[in-house]
Amino acid sequence: MITDIMQTVEWSRAQFALTAMYHWCFVPLTLGLLVLIAVMESVWYRTGDARWLRTTKFWMRLFGVNFAVGVATGLVLEFEFGTNWSNYSHFVGDIFGAPLAIEGIVAFFLETTFLAVMFFGWDRVSRGAHLTATWLTAVGAAVSALWILVANAWMQYPAGCTFDPEHVRFEMTSFTDVLFSPVAINKFTHTLLSSFALAAVFVTGVSAWYLLRGRERDMARRSIALAAAFGFAAAVLTATTGDRSGAVVARVQPMKLAAMEALYDGRTEAPLTVFGLLKPASRLAPGEKPYRFGFEVPGLLSAMSFRDTKAYVPGINDLLAGDAARGLLSAAEKMRRGREAVAVLARYRDARRAGDGAELARLGALFNPATPDGRAFLDEYFAYLGYGYLRSEQELVPCVPLVFYAFRVMVGVGVLLLLFFAAVWHLNRRDRLARHRWLLRTAVAAVPLTYLASQAGWVVAEVGRQPWAIQNLMPVRVGVTDVPPTSVGVTFGLFVVLFTLLLAAELCIMFRQIERGPDGPEKD
Amino acid sequence: MDTLVFLQHYWWFLIALLGAVLVFLLFVQGGQGLLPQLARSEAERTALLASLDHKWELTFTTLVVFGGAFFASFPLFYAVSFGGACYVWLALLLLFVMQAAAFGFRGREGSLYGRRTYDAVLAVGGTGSPFLLGTALGTLFTGAPFVVNRFGMARTDGDLFIARWTSPWHGLEALADYRNAALGLALVFLSRLLACHYFLSAVADPALRERARRRSLPAAALFLAAFGLFFAGVASAAGYGADPATGTVSLVEGKLLLNLRQMPLAAVLAAGGVAALAWGVAAGARGSRRALWASGAGSVATVLALLLAAGWNDTAYYPSLSDMQSSLTIRNSSSSRFTLRVMAVVSLLLPVVAGYVAYAWRAVARPPRPHDAA
Repeated sequence: MITDIMQTVEWSRAQFALTAMYHWCFVPLTLGLLVLIAVMESVWYRTGDARWLRTTKFWMRLFGVNFAVGVATGLVLEFEFGTNWSNYSHFVGDIFGAPLAIEGIVAFFLETTFLAVMFFGWDRVSRGAHLTATWLTAVGAAVSALWILVANAWMQYPAGCTFDPEHVRFEMTSFTDVLFSPVAINKFTHTLLSSFALAAVFVTGVSAWYLLRGRERDMARRSIALAAAFGFAAAVLTATTGDRSGAVVARVQPMKLAAMEALYDGRTEAPLTVFGLLKPASRLAPGEKPYRFGFEVPGLLSAMSFRDTKAYVPGINDLLAGDAARGLLSAAEKMRRGREAVAVLARYRDARRAGDGAELARLGALFNPATPDGRAFLDEYFAYLGYGYLRSEQELVPCVPLVFYAFRVMVGVGVLLLLFFAAVWHLNRRDRLARHRWLLRTAVAAVPLTYLASQAGWVVAEVGRQPWAIQNLMPVRVGVTDVPPTSVGVTFGLFVVLFTLLLAAELCIMFRQIERGPDGPEKD
Repeated sequence: MDTLVFLQHYWWFLIALLGAVLVFLLFVQGGQGLLPQLARSEAERTALLASLDHKWELTFTTLVVFGGAFFASFPLFYAVSFGGACYVWLALLLLFVMQAAAFGFRGREGSLYGRRTYDAVLAVGGTGSPFLLGTALGTLFTGAPFVVNRFGMARTDGDLFIARWTSPWHGLEALADYRNAALGLALVFLSRLLACHYFLSAVADPALRERARRRSLPAAALFLAAFGLFFAGVASAAGYGADPATGTVSLVEGKLLLNLRQMPLAAVLAAGGVAALAWGVAAGARGSRRALWASGAGSVATVLALLLAAGWNDTAYYPSLSDMQSSLTIRNSSSSRFTLRVMAVVSLLLPVVAGYVAYAWRAVARPPRPHDAA
């Protein structure tokens, strides 16, 4: 039974990760390219320069290739919360469902409706109306991202809610706390800005390909001028928001931060490891450095996490063993408190079944944050509810190597992008870019590399917070649907095949469209 | 009326409205399904698909909003149905994903699999999607095999599930009830009828319009037969009523008809919908370009009335065939008052959404303006 459930959990995680990663192959380009297209069209609108119109239409065509599968994979993601994570859906649907519904009502319709005008309205509406439609499509896409990222942020940092024992679920108490939680704000800005940077790399890379072949020189230079400046600004802001995200993670998800740095033993003046080759955790002696070789910047992790180079940053072992002097509860103690919270819930259930009104009232008061007893129970016990379902402390440790390397891919590529955009913009401005063929080739290679970095960011965010579906409150094991593992395995296989076929088709179409250039036919 | 009860009814209304609009927008799928019959050349096929292009996104968006709204307002249904009947829902998703790709990729250079593959996908999706959706919607009236145990998580190990599906077929067992299958078929033929009317309004080619006109009558007849079978089966069977004071669910003879009698507005809506649909069928048979207005409004009104009758008037909108007291009502499965109220405020934007959708629809349907051509 347990084995079956664990297999279902693993298959369900794999299926959700697969869908999310395929979805994320399309979304960042949609988010960023739309803004670039809107800017290009705005320039055309103001100047009347037909070359900008030609450029706008070319990128819009590539955007169109990317859009359809992005929508489709997003649809699957939404419904997988129900098909694969039904306990989760009930447990937090009162909070999590709302952003999803608002996303649909407010943003999704806006995006898809004006998309039609954007594609088919060129000779049917005025220039101003068309430009408005293009901007509204871009705004719709960004607002759509806002709501789904708010929902995701809530899973990382459940704020603005209380627990209702009668319905056995969390309920929203403050919409603004959910919407404006520090995690939500950072997640949205960081994700959106990094998507802008990715789209800028895409535009620069494709344009560089034209320059390498001596084709479409005017359109390519024009596109690079805009994309490199836009990308540089986006990359700077992505780094800023990433820094803020790190500081928030240090406070609300310390285990994720420790995994990102492979920091097993906490310390003051904690260094940031720029690069390192990890040793197997099982072979580490106490106090031994976790990597074979690496480069550290002393105090930087403390500074980035707590804005103090001398601050203490707890490691994985400290978070498991606890440290009373530093106010860290041990994992064992959290698990004990979590089990007590589950036991209270069981007593509430029994009292309900027995019709014991007095006991129901007494236990119900424990879930009321307005009473002293309730506040104490919620803070000291119920806050660790999810720990009660864990069987071993080791479940609390995410896959350190994956998180560690993914974090370095994300940050490393991000830093390189700053230099890349600055160099490309500068040389393009002086009309010397075509002479630096190595940089043009780098620009082309930067496209898949940036996609990799973008995916790596999600790996850090999602693998780093394991085992939690909802931080500290629900492990993934508890959130899963009651379905046989073989069923999820089969659907996982189907999705692998389908998504791969679709990605292959999309890439082929995209490559062909690029090869044909702005004057080639869109369709056969 | 208590605020929570009002909000529960309001949100069921919105779910029903979204469901009804979704059924109307299935004309895109109906159009796909009709392609082999209507188009006799690649040019005709392309013309028909071009008329559906960038309409399919509206169907998708409505499906997403329908799912999101259900998740947000009745999360227990989302957990029970999507988790339990997962084979049906996943099959539906697969079909929708493939259709999106077919719309996006068909006819583009380098699309790898050739037009015929995408056409086959569109044809299968055009029939399969409405059928599966209809079958799933049918279970709102006929029930499904599940047991709810909200306190499943009040233990630390073993079976923690809050909902258990008691059939190993995970949704496919719904096909064994002829009423669900009949509703699935009804949606297939309704989508084709609406597609014929849509083509009458959106396609200029007289030959295509004539073929669409001719196809509309058999589609209407088959829809009527399938829907009649469903309605007769559901109306003649006992339904599931819920005691508003205790929440206890029990069998009530003729519950659907009783609901329509006790909710005259819903009955009027249903009657008006049927009349409008009949009008649309007649107009379509004459080849009128305006047939879609009547048949579209009629289908929205009829489905809306049916879904209201399924959830309002103390009715279990998702009856459990395994444990009657596990049946879902709008009272026992809704989100909290706070969440419903927040979303109700957001829902006030829906008329604005409808307004700009209508604007965009009309703008794209306009003939090109040469002076603005860029």
